[in-house]
Amino acid sequence: MPNFYDEMYSAAATARPHYDAFARWLASQPPELIAQKRAEAELTFQRVGITFAVYGDNAGKERLIPFDIIPRVINAAEWTQLQAGLVQRVTALNRFLHDVYHQQTILKAGIIPPEQILNNAQYRPAMLGIKVPSNIYAHIAGVDIVRAGEGKFYVLEDNLRVPSGVSYMLENRKMMMRLFPALFASNRVAPVEHYPDLLLDNLRTVAPDGPLDPTVVVLTPGMHNSAYFEHAFLAQQMGVALVQGQDLYVSDDTVYMRTTRGPKQVDVIYRRIDDDYLDPRAFRAESTLGVPGLLDAVRAGRVGLANAIGTGVADDKSIYPYVPDMIEFYLGEKPILNNVPTYQCRKKEDLAYTLSRLPELVVKEVHGAGGYGMLVGPASTHAEVEAFRERLLANPDGYIAQPTLALSACPTYVESGIAPRHIDLRPFVLSGKTVSMVPGGLTRVALQEGSLVVNSSQGGGTKDTWILEN
Amino acid sequence: MLSRTADHLFWMARYTERAENTARMLDVRVQYSLMPQSAQAEQQGWRSMLGVSELESQFEAKYPALTQKDVIDFMVRDPDNPSSITSCLRAARENARAVRGALTTEVWETENTTWLMLQQHLSKRTFEHDPGQFLEWVKYRSHLSRGVTLGTMLQDEAFNFIRLGTFLERADNTARILDVKFRFGAHDAVQAGTQAEFYQLAALLRSVSAFETYRKVYRDAITSKRVAELLILQEKMPRSLVACIAAVVANLKDVRNAQSHDTERLAMELYAMLQSAPIGDILEEGLHAFLTRFLASVDALGNGISRDFLIPIEPAPAEEGQTQSQTQTLGGMTQTQTQTA
Repeated sequence: MPNFYDEMYSAAATARPHYDAFARWLASQPPELIAQKRAEAELTFQRVGITFAVYGDNAGKERLIPFDIIPRVINAAEWTQLQAGLVQRVTALNRFLHDVYHQQTILKAGIIPPEQILNNAQYRPAMLGIKVPSNIYAHIAGVDIVRAGEGKFYVLEDNLRVPSGVSYMLENRKMMMRLFPALFASNRVAPVEHYPDLLLDNLRTVAPDGPLDPTVVVLTPGMHNSAYFEHAFLAQQMGVALVQGQDLYVSDDTVYMRTTRGPKQVDVIYRRIDDDYLDPRAFRAESTLGVPGLLDAVRAGRVGLANAIGTGVADDKSIYPYVPDMIEFYLGEKPILNNVPTYQCRKKEDLAYTLSRLPELVVKEVHGAGGYGMLVGPASTHAEVEAFRERLLANPDGYIAQPTLALSACPTYVESGIAPRHIDLRPFVLSGKTVSMVPGGLTRVALQEGSLVVNSSQGGGTKDTWILEN
Repeated sequence: MLSRTADHLFWMARYTERAENTARMLDVRVQYSLMPQSAQAEQQGWRSMLGVSELESQFEAKYPALTQKDVIDFMVRDPDNPSSITSCLRAARENARAVRGALTTEVWETENTTWLMLQQHLSKRTFEHDPGQFLEWVKYRSHLSRGVTLGTMLQDEAFNFIRLGTFLERADNTARILDVKFRFGAHDAVQAGTQAEFYQLAALLRSVSAFETYRKVYRDAITSKRVAELLILQEKMPRSLVACIAAVVANLKDVRNAQSHDTERLAMELYAMLQSAPIGDILEEGLHAFLTRFLASVDALGNGISRDFLIPIEPAPAEEGQTQSQTQTLGGMTQTQTQTA
């Protein structure tokens, strides 16, 4: 992958201004000390139990997400630009969600083909006409952003269902401060530690009218879920109960939790379970993770869900190409953040183009996630490309294609020493009465040389993310 | 608090305590085995230890002969033995992990670190080379777990359910440790008042950290009657039956709800009985019979706590009933755990 943007160095041994202090510090550290600190970090993550469960092979095992001690640093000017772009984008997405479950003006205006929405598996007719607090659907969004050059940020995807990773953002910061406190004295790193407070404030706005001090809970599928650590972590940090489906029940369209002192009404559920599993009466009947009757309680306006049911229709890869249009349609503004040019293989001409350029492109399943089921053309063998061509031809509607971006890279500790590895950034955007976020996000890094896939399920690691204050 | 959370806390504490007590029972046996005795008597000693935990047949199905090495392997490492130290520490850690949000960071990290350190002990097989040192380690991890709970947890319901688990389990285990000596005492062919009996009683006292306490309380020769009195009726002795039940009564009072009346009364009756019974009467009834009765009461208390607090109070309509309580008797110790269907 030649000619990628290096986050730290503008030329060999010349650090960019915002990395200058760190680069000088790094050069002055004896290698033994760094090795010792890296070992210490790993031991601490083990002891604290910051692990994720792996599906498939070795199911049931817990694994650490590799943590790299070289932070990803973003200067104040770039963050200001990113932040404005994120607020704009998430605002438009929430307007879009409200619209498709009410007047559907964007469909009537011909901006998006109606069948793209109404036939989408993620579209939930059950939410049609249902009022949700503040008309907000995606209260927590984790927007994946990559850089392909100076000032060139692209949104890869908008995660509006149950985005995860924020606990790693917080734990990585804690770890860096524990390992290298002096670094924080010499760099003006914007704090992120208040995220749980922001989140709780935001969740409280989701409560139905009535209670002044609403009862908020975090709903987890349970300890075998890959993100269980995060669910437990956020519940603890916010001081709210961590519940599973079996702890809740619905009576007269009201949600209660079973406690040692009897039933207690629940006003807001920060759910970390997908729509499909939320309510076996409304969605997948075989789900044992959900709460029967929950949809009725939502429709009756007796409980607030964050995120609302049906947000998946806005972050689906088939809808992604329309987000810039949404921003112009709802806000009358030019998009601040770029979309990656996207070919929709359901369209004849796009499919033809994609097939003719397959070895150069990234092709993704429309409904895929976690870095599975995708083709990275330049990183694939001829046989892999041809095998993928078969799958694409069998179901063109199921795929989109994008040019392979030269993702930026950040120096990272690897076996052979320090080498550049490709990274992305997931800031967490909270929407309620206002749109807010902490300065930062989760930086994921593809540890394999040349790899563009940063997902932790695919061997990706993480870094602390520093937003420098002016 | 959530019933399921209470359930996990209760069982986290029970399994932690059970690991400690398995270590204590093993330790006393390892100490007995250092005394001059016939091979047959030594084997009988190990057999009696398995017997009191009702694990004899499970052991025999797996191991060809009864040797100290195999019994230790079975009681320390064997993941198929639900009372092995490995099984207990795994269950304690899994219960803690399920509710780590309800624990202080220190409590969770203690449980997790214990589990991680155990993996090292198992791979280095320290429990084979130096069982005494390994069993001591298990005891100290349990001390640490309890200390960190006392030193960091808010004394709310979560704390009460942890304490209930600790003391109920300890009551059960102290009774069993006593039973090993007195139920099978006859087979040991040790005469009362002999030097051999002194060493047995001393080892028993040490296994519940009560040797120095005995000296302090009685300032007299060690007799089985006084040992029984100390471990059953001495309220100031932290592992005695009466002290455990006193703690159960106090914690039950703190978590009292609309339906816990019967369980609380059962605990108070048991406490009153222990407070008023002279040791002479207990010995007259026969210690084994008395301990059997006591263990049945502890079992009933455990079931009562599960029913009143841990199993959901609001009965779900039939089609909504996803919560099931699974009661199984394993190794003679009842385990009730709420499970998701």
